[in-house]
Amino acid sequence: MSERILSVLVEDKPGVLARVASTISRRGFNINSLAVGPTNIEGRSKMTIVTELESVEQVKKQLNKLINVIKIVELDPENTIESEVLLLKVSINKDTQTSVIEKASLSGARSVDVGQDYAVFEMTGSSKDLDKLENLLKPFGIIEMIRGGRIAIQTKL
Amino acid sequence: MSEEKLTGAELVVRSLEYMNISTIFGLPGGAILPAYDPLYDSPIRHILARHEQGSGHMAEGYAQATGELGVVIATSGPGATNLITPLTNALMDSTPLLAITGQVASEAIGNDAFQEAYTVGLTMAATKHNYLITSAEEIPQVLLEAKHIATTGRPGPVLVDIPKDILNQKVEWIEPKLIDMPGYKPTLEPNPKMIAQAAELIRKSNKPILYVGGGIIHSKANQELFELATKFKIPVVTTLMGRGAFPDGNELCFEMPGMHGNYTATTSIQKSDLLIAIGVRFDDRVTANPKFFAQNAKVIHADIDPAEIGKIREPEVPIVGDAKSVIIGLTQQLEGSELNTSEWIDELNQMKKDYPLSYNQEEKGPLKVPFVLEELQKLSEEDAIVVSGVGQHQMWISQHWNFTSPNTWLNSGGLGTMGYSLPAAIGAKAAYPDRQILALDGDGCFQMTCQELITASTENIPIKIVVFNNGNHGMVRQWQKIFYKNRFSASELTHHTPDYVALAESMGATGLRMVEKSDVKKVFQKMLEIDDKPVLVECIVDPEDMVFPMVPAGGSNDVVILNEDDLKKI
Repeated sequence: MSERILSVLVEDKPGVLARVASTISRRGFNINSLAVGPTNIEGRSKMTIVTELESVEQVKKQLNKLINVIKIVELDPENTIESEVLLLKVSINKDTQTSVIEKASLSGARSVDVGQDYAVFEMTGSSKDLDKLENLLKPFGIIEMIRGGRIAIQTKL
Repeated sequence: MSEEKLTGAELVVRSLEYMNISTIFGLPGGAILPAYDPLYDSPIRHILARHEQGSGHMAEGYAQATGELGVVIATSGPGATNLITPLTNALMDSTPLLAITGQVASEAIGNDAFQEAYTVGLTMAATKHNYLITSAEEIPQVLLEAKHIATTGRPGPVLVDIPKDILNQKVEWIEPKLIDMPGYKPTLEPNPKMIAQAAELIRKSNKPILYVGGGIIHSKANQELFELATKFKIPVVTTLMGRGAFPDGNELCFEMPGMHGNYTATTSIQKSDLLIAIGVRFDDRVTANPKFFAQNAKVIHADIDPAEIGKIREPEVPIVGDAKSVIIGLTQQLEGSELNTSEWIDELNQMKKDYPLSYNQEEKGPLKVPFVLEELQKLSEEDAIVVSGVGQHQMWISQHWNFTSPNTWLNSGGLGTMGYSLPAAIGAKAAYPDRQILALDGDGCFQMTCQELITASTENIPIKIVVFNNGNHGMVRQWQKIFYKNRFSASELTHHTPDYVALAESMGATGLRMVEKSDVKKVFQKMLEIDDKPVLVECIVDPEDMVFPMVPAGGSNDVVILNEDDLKKI
């Protein structure tokens, strides 16, 4: 099933995230990713919701019923730029250190902290790129990984 | 010009007066106490319920009977949690409700204070919208917005939670104004292209059915519906929530379809080539298994709530808009057209003759609810409002009572809330003191909220209550009979406890009892004569009786079980 990306403009009011999350769980919808943050407009936040649902129309309609939800746009994957941030802590030792750092930086990750037995990388990119980095570093022993949720913007006006 | 300062509590009462609220239902307690003080001097009538659930259903009954906002007020914690059932009920049946709850003081919120509950969180999925007030200045504005949200678009319940310190805060009254709400703009006017497409389908149809529901009543579109149906000769079926939207007895009215609908209404949809669905939501009690529902029909689906369209059945023509505007639009578009529906109507009338609703009231046998209902309707006023509980009696009323105008049938359709009848009847009577209000209830339902009989007596609200006592949770028993091999697990209540007549008398009402056929008329006459206090009639009925027709849950509407012998079909 292909992914659908919803860009949801909401009023920046207390409880709005809970309302959106409650609507999604109450209707039994699954989501792959949800990210929320401020926009350039005062009092407005943007949520990016990624789902694989066939019934995305129903999700849109149910979310639209929320008083604090202003607008929902489904982004066309062809004309969308997507980005996600990742922080990853991986085990290293004398033998693997060079190889790990090399692999990570070739993937586009930036090392932000390197200790004797660990390294922390930060990376921004598409979720597929982040998946690749994770797979690449998995054999060395990932200690902890956090991803920030996917955000997306349409390229056309 | 600056005005004198008012407390948040005074602002609440002043806002209600400003919105022309004349009656509210409630029960005081710690956190809401400040609001009860100015209420003492207000011309607003406050009806003191005995349980918050009762107060909520009263407000619902008031709203369902009038089509206007019902208001309920409660305290924090248990006061608010007891409102969750009526709020959910109002959400399911699209009833405009405003609930005002007290909350613990702002600084105590989140500390598990005495009588603290996370009301906004708990009611998020039970309301159309809710608010937590954070400063007293907001009160008039938020209450006006709450009323606006509750009463417009698809109506529903809105809750406003106000911490106690804010009720005591002194601020100036700021005149509230309905401002633009960027996330709330209900679509009322339908898209003319969709109306034109719908009219085109209607013109081509030989077997159309107007499948209409509660949306017609909320939109006050019954006159317009009558014109559309009668002008173009389109048969009508009315859902449980839509009973009264089109008059029973009219040659085009085939009444209620669905699980316990009549054979003709259910089958008309199965045989139809075009469903004109307006203000309905394809509820499972109507459709049974949606895969088999109206397989030969194209669907026009009009609703004010876009989320209802395509939720269960993808329509050929979706129309978002207010039922009244949709119907007016369709009638205009169809102007001059002649539909060829006479054969179809004949077919349905023949079906009605071949498969009538039936019951067998023996001369000396136990009373049957349908018989009692028909006798009661003969004696009661034409504009009487009937308020039902949930279960067998509810289905029998919907089947056998003749509803000829909207807002005369109040029941809990979507949520199926037992205990709804008595308090909702009190709410309806508070709105219409001069009309007959008949709470027709089952014994199981009545026992859930019967303490509100005290409210009716002490507040001088002389409703009539009929408790159909079969000593059982009748619908549960019916299912156990059919699906659980007569294993009557926990469905028996006993016929004799409580003594309903004594219970009524102890609560300040008159208690009467009917047992056999010869009692019915005279007991009802006596009941209808008493107008200075509530009357309760206990009607002892046959526990073995079952509601038919029946389509088992998840079955196909093509297989309608007509009677007990027919149960072999399943």
